[in-house]
Amino acid sequence: MAATEDKPDNGNKQLFSGLSDVSISGDIPVEGDITIPMASQSQDDDYSTLDEPVKDTIMRDLKAVGNKFFHVMYPKKSTALLRDWDLWGPLILCVSLALMLQGSYADSKDSGGPQFAEVFVIIWFGAVVITLNSKLLGGTISFFQSLCVLGYCILPLTVAMLVCRLLLLASINTVTFIIRLVVVAVMFAWSTLASTAFLADSQPPNRRALAVYPIFLFYFVISWMILTFNPSS
Amino acid sequence: MENMDDTSGSSFEDMGEIHQRMKEDEEEGDGEGVPEEGEEDGAFLGMKGFKSQLGRQVADEMWQAGKRQASKAFNLYANIDILRPYFDVEPIQVRNRLLESMIPIRLISFPQKIAVELYGPLMLVFTMVAILLHGMKSSGTVIREGTLMGTAIGTCFGYWLGVSSLVCFVAYLCNAQITMLQTLSLLGYGLFGHCVVLFITYNIHFHSLFYVFWLCIGGLSTLRMVAVLLSRTVGHTQRLILCGTVTALHMLFLLYLHFAYHKVVEGMSVCVA
Repeated sequence: MAATEDKPDNGNKQLFSGLSDVSISGDIPVEGDITIPMASQSQDDDYSTLDEPVKDTIMRDLKAVGNKFFHVMYPKKSTALLRDWDLWGPLILCVSLALMLQGSYADSKDSGGPQFAEVFVIIWFGAVVITLNSKLLGGTISFFQSLCVLGYCILPLTVAMLVCRLLLLASINTVTFIIRLVVVAVMFAWSTLASTAFLADSQPPNRRALAVYPIFLFYFVISWMILTFNPSS
Repeated sequence: MENMDDTSGSSFEDMGEIHQRMKEDEEEGDGEGVPEEGEEDGAFLGMKGFKSQLGRQVADEMWQAGKRQASKAFNLYANIDILRPYFDVEPIQVRNRLLESMIPIRLISFPQKIAVELYGPLMLVFTMVAILLHGMKSSGTVIREGTLMGTAIGTCFGYWLGVSSLVCFVAYLCNAQITMLQTLSLLGYGLFGHCVVLFITYNIHFHSLFYVFWLCIGGLSTLRMVAVLLSRTVGHTQRLILCGTVTALHMLFLLYLHFAYHKVVEGMSVCVA
């Protein structure tokens, strides 16, 4: 219909020549609803968090963090860690791990133990490097999603650190060292497998090994620090 | 875009300003008596115009700020995109290159190929950082001003980037056919030998074993680099200068890394014995 229509001025016709084959037949009514994306979103969260008790807010956030901890300890194929990332869990884990690694001889200079800042920097710097590496290898994951997963997957190692500290309180001999070695090795494998389970899907399948290697190295360094930790040295 | 202009304009309207403007309008009205319908309309339109102008200005400023932020973020991503071709490798390629870094090829007649890739070198440098940390820890090294981690990272990255730049500079002086990225890749893969030697000798403390490894494994990886550089340089003096620099630096670095974080254990063991 529009194509057969002859327009009087040629210039206009050339300008809109691309549109000439777009035709709308007369019996279809040209009407519809205009939906604004913002409006639908505000309808979704109709409950307001402004007038709820502070306890509810904190409990909700804690529940979310706890839920993610559970996902790390039981790593099925789940996107809960990826879908709504947060950095609270990684912060808690990182700080508690660093505090436990600090040792009781923190003020003496010759302790040689890892300092708080060192552990903190290793964890965050390592996570950033792994994330950048996975992005460079062509991974389809956002920066903070990856940081969140890597941070949450330190949980098994934090547990291993706790066990090690308790064992070191009891006694320091070969038997406890072997137990510590086994615990740390198992938790290291757990951390690596959990983070791989979450992150591997975002990588191109032929390059999975390249993306997993830095993750392996990262958790290996942390678990080695945990294993060699000795508060009395 | 227009939609955004409107919303930001209206949302940034200050209540105090509106009140003042209404007061002004009232005063005007008082002075001139009761205004006519048309005049009121005009005043209304003027206020509207002022409002939209203000809105546009605010929106413009916001747009500028947003654009700055976005361009900053985009630049970061663009930089990542610039680096991306150098990370375009397969696991098998990396493995082959790691093995090839220990196999010198005696083929000087025409330039040997250097794979320009940064994944392998970067990972090797990080591995070396981890191994160095282990060495420092087991030798009981205490660093007064700074952490072990910082020292290890500084040493490894300093060597990789610093020596690469130096080699690149010397290669430029000696008219060798090599670019900075090729140097980085070559030297990075050359660190594989170092990693192997350090990993073994930090755990097994035998001097003779270290020297054998230093000569064999370290020597092989150095020879590989030298062979590549030889094939890309013309002239005896130039070849001698370039290859001498690389050989000396690469071999002495391994020696330094081994003994810098090993001596303390020896001293202590002597004391204990």
